[in-house]
Parts: sequence; structure tokens; C-alpha cells
Amino acid sequence: MTTEVKSSFSQFNQSTPRSAPRSQGAWVKWLLISITILYLGLILFIPALNVFVEAFGQGVGPFLNNLTSPTFLSSVKLTVIIAAIAVPMNTVFGLCAAWAIARNHFLGRTLLLSIIDLPFAISPVVAGLMFVLLFGRNGWFGPFLDANGIKIIFALPAMVIVTAFVTMPFVAREVIPVLEEIGSEQEEAAKTLGASDWQTFWRVTLPNIRWGLLYGVILTNARAMGEFGAVSVVSGNIAGKTQTMPLFVEEAYKQYKTPEAYSAAVILALLAVVTLILKEIVERKSRITDVQE
Amino acid sequence: MTVTSPSPISSNSEQSFWYRLTHLSLPWKVTWVYLSFMLFLPLVAMLLKAATVGPAKFWEIATGEIALATYEVTFVTAFIAAAINGVFGTLIAWVLVRYDFPGKRIVDAAVDLPFALPTAVAGLTLATVYSDNGWIGSLVAPLGIKIAFTRLGVGMAMIFISLPFVVRTLQPVLQDLEKEIEEAAWCLGASSLQTFLLVILPPLIPPILTGVALGFARAVGEYGSVVIIAGNVPFQDLIAPVLVFQRLEQYDYAGATVVGTVLLLISLLLLIVINVLQAWGRRYDYRG
Repeated sequence: MTTEVKSSFSQFNQSTPRSAPRSQGAWVKWLLISITILYLGLILFIPALNVFVEAFGQGVGPFLNNLTSPTFLSSVKLTVIIAAIAVPMNTVFGLCAAWAIARNHFLGRTLLLSIIDLPFAISPVVAGLMFVLLFGRNGWFGPFLDANGIKIIFALPAMVIVTAFVTMPFVAREVIPVLEEIGSEQEEAAKTLGASDWQTFWRVTLPNIRWGLLYGVILTNARAMGEFGAVSVVSGNIAGKTQTMPLFVEEAYKQYKTPEAYSAAVILALLAVVTLILKEIVERKSRITDVQE
Repeated sequence: MTVTSPSPISSNSEQSFWYRLTHLSLPWKVTWVYLSFMLFLPLVAMLLKAATVGPAKFWEIATGEIALATYEVTFVTAFIAAAINGVFGTLIAWVLVRYDFPGKRIVDAAVDLPFALPTAVAGLTLATVYSDNGWIGSLVAPLGIKIAFTRLGVGMAMIFISLPFVVRTLQPVLQDLEKEIEEAAWCLGASSLQTFLLVILPPLIPPILTGVALGFARAVGEYGSVVIIAGNVPFQDLIAPVLVFQRLEQYDYAGATVVGTVLLLISLLLLIVINVLQAWGRRYDYRG
């Protein structure tokens, strides 16, 4: 009942500004829209379009040829592996942290929220540096790792760890507001009816937060695959071994192999476009469930 | 909104701190273990490494000639970029909330592109477009303006990556702004400009400043896009994060750690400023 009223009210709210032209003429509207388009054109649209023009400018043949080079293929493989480890790690952490913060009221709650946000505030290069100081040759664990023949820096483990570091807050951030919104009544009802913690989580909590969670995972994945600074610091950037796709782009560009750089860049740009489309779909889905409930 | 649950939490609060620490539920354990290893341990490692440098030496490195020049390039450029986005971000949010035009949905979705596009790609394409023979760079080159491989290029990259912040913090506030207040002001004889400046703008200031601060923080830490579009020449367009990277490459751990620590402390300071701004914005929040 209430949602019906709410949705018709919001419709009314949205349509008023359009149907009520005021003393200011339509020219103000179109002037502001033109400035917006011009600004976004210079900053976003033209550079984005350029990626595709540069990549396909010589035709599809050379583009495909660049994509089948072994160094590029190994960079794709490495990027996928890193994301496949770092994203689930952060999903589990994000869910736990979101539950801990949304379902408990305690002293220092705001502080904990800020702490979880910290990786967004820290420069990716500084993030990479911190892990070099931990695991590098001169770092805390350096001698121990050396003695046991374990390689973390300039190898896959460090690249996974820094990627997980820079993408840490996404899932928790997206899930906390959803958890707060749905409240804990349904979970308590499930428990009263005899459900275990796991059953409550799988059958009640997870279905309720699925869109928020999916949104967080999508953002985590996009950043994980595209991370450059932090990975660059700890990877050593060895072509064919510790080179991810973003590192491949920079390396190719620095060596004046611009067409190869753009062939790889277009794949990453497509990843961004897919991310934005998925985000749009998830946002619409969560809006629909909002209205239904 | 949430109804406070009577059960486990309130009974726990009466028990001792130690009991609660040892009887944490699984999500709490995961949260603390993960944060300890992934966040606290590396932070402590860096701060202790910086401490071993010694205060006198720390100050000497932190205020070295090159280091000071990189702070100036980083912070002044990031501030200008964030301020430009403060103005244009407000305009974009206004246009997206108040007006209807063909292609609006695409424009709205595209604002998030800097979040989704890997920074290396952003740097690559900006460097091409704004180079002397690029689409936009060639238009301003005859005027003697060089953008790529100069400080202007650094600014362009920072504008790109900090673009979404003001738009996204302002949009929900603008959407919730009650039309009635505006109409009341207008009915009482205020002009459009007066209505905007005296009625609409005040509640928008906290979200705009929050967005600017978020964008500034992001621009200060940015590495990927800037390192590609800049020439990375000290005293001209070398930014502090790139200096950290260069020193690490030369195995100058002390030099890298000191500049890194300075950057970290400024990030923490910015985080506090952002929290204060958000708390200020909540004063205008009638929804809660």
C-alpha cells in the first residue's frame, strides 16, 4: 500500500520540473546542456572514441594479429588469474565486514567504516611500497622468505595481495546500506523458526542483498583487472611473466609500439563498457525489487 | 530505520571486554584477521621503516629540493583539477537531474567511465588526443599550448579521474531537494538568481565540497594515467607518487618511504576532512 503511494509520488516529483517551465527561458536549459556535452566531450567522449579509432584504424587484421602475440596472451592470463583470486577474497571479507558493521552498534563504528575505506585514500604506489617493505629483500619478512625460497615480491602472490588491497572497500561499501535498509526482522524470524546461522545467511540474507553484492563484485573486478600503480610497484614488470594487461599497455606505449598498446587498451576499454552496462542493469533490478517489496 | 534488536548484542555488552574478544562471531573474526594482515601490518611496516630513518634525516629527505617540487606539482595541480570539477560537476549534476534531453541516460552512465576505465588506458588515450598531432592537441598547438608531456597534461589526467565524484555526491541531494521550497521562494517574489543563490545553493555546498575533497584525494594519489601523459621531469611535471616509484626503482628505500609516508599522512588528513564534510552535509538531510 505505502509503496504504491510512494512510487506515484516520486513520479509526480520527477515530472514536475519538466512540465513547469519558469520565467527562465528554454535557452538557459539548452545552454547548460551544451556546456555539459562539450565538457564531457573533451574529457570523456573524445578520448574514449579515440581508443577504438586507434585500435581499428589499420583494420581488423593487424588488430587481431596484435592480440595473438604470446606476451599479450600471457598478460591476459595473468590478469584473469589475479582477479580470480583477489575478487573472491574481497567478497568474503566485504560480506563479513558489512554484516559486522550493519548488524551491530558499537563504539567506534564510524571509525571502522573509515578504516575500511582507507585503501581508497592511499595512493596505489604507496600501497605497493608498503608491501615491498614487508616482503621485499630488505623488508620485514625478506630474510625469512629468502631462506625458504619463497618468492612474493616480483611474483604472483604480491600482485594478488596489492590488488586485493586496492579493491578492499567495494563490496562492504555496497552491501552495508542494503543490509541497513532491509533491517534484521526477517533474519530474526528465521532464527526464531529454528534456522541455523548458515541457513539464515543463505536463505534469507543473501537473497535480500544479492543485487548490492553483485554490484560490489562487479566494481571490485573492474578495478582488479585494471589496477596499474600498485601492481606496477610489486610486479617487476617482466614481459610474459609478471606483466598484466595494464602493464602491457604502458610497456608497449613506452617502446613506441602504439598499435599494440591500443589493441590491448581496447580490450580493457570493453571491460569498462561491460562494467558500466552491468552496473546499469543491476541498478535497475534493485530499483524494481524496491518497488515490489 | 533499523529496529534495535534486543537479543545477543545487549546481553553481550554487559560481559567483559576479554570475553567478547574471545567469543567473536565468525564474520568479526574474518574482518579483524583480514584487516590486520592486509591493512594494519603493511601500514605499521611503513611507519616503522620511516621511523628508523630518524627525525633529522626524515625532515631532510621530506623537504629535499626535488621532493618539495613534486609536492607543489601534485597538490596545486590536483587542487585546480578538483576545483574545475567542482564547478562543472555541479553543472552536470544539475543538468542530469533537472533537464530531459535525448541521450541523457548514456551521458549519465558515461560519467562513471573514469571509475571503470583502467588508468593506463586513460593515460594512453589522453596522451594521444592531447599530443601535438592529436585530435584536440593539434587545435591548440598553433597557439603555442602544449598539453601532453607538460603540467597541463598532468592536470587533464587528474580532471579525468576526479570527474565522477562531485556529480555522484551531488545528484542524490539535488534529487531530494523539495520543489515546494523553491516555489515558495519564487512565489514570495525572489528572482531565479536569488532563488538559486539563497535557497537552492546552501544545502548543496556540503556535498559539492565533499565531492571536491574526494576528487582531490583521488587526484593526489593518481599514478597510472599521469605517469603516461607526463614527461616526468623533476621541477616540471614530476608528481610525488611517480617520485616514490622512481626511488624504489633505484633501490632508494629510505627516500621512497619518506615521500610515501608524507603522502600517506596527507591522505589520512584528507579522509578526516571528508568525514567532517559529510557530517556537515547530514545536517541538511531531512530524509533520516
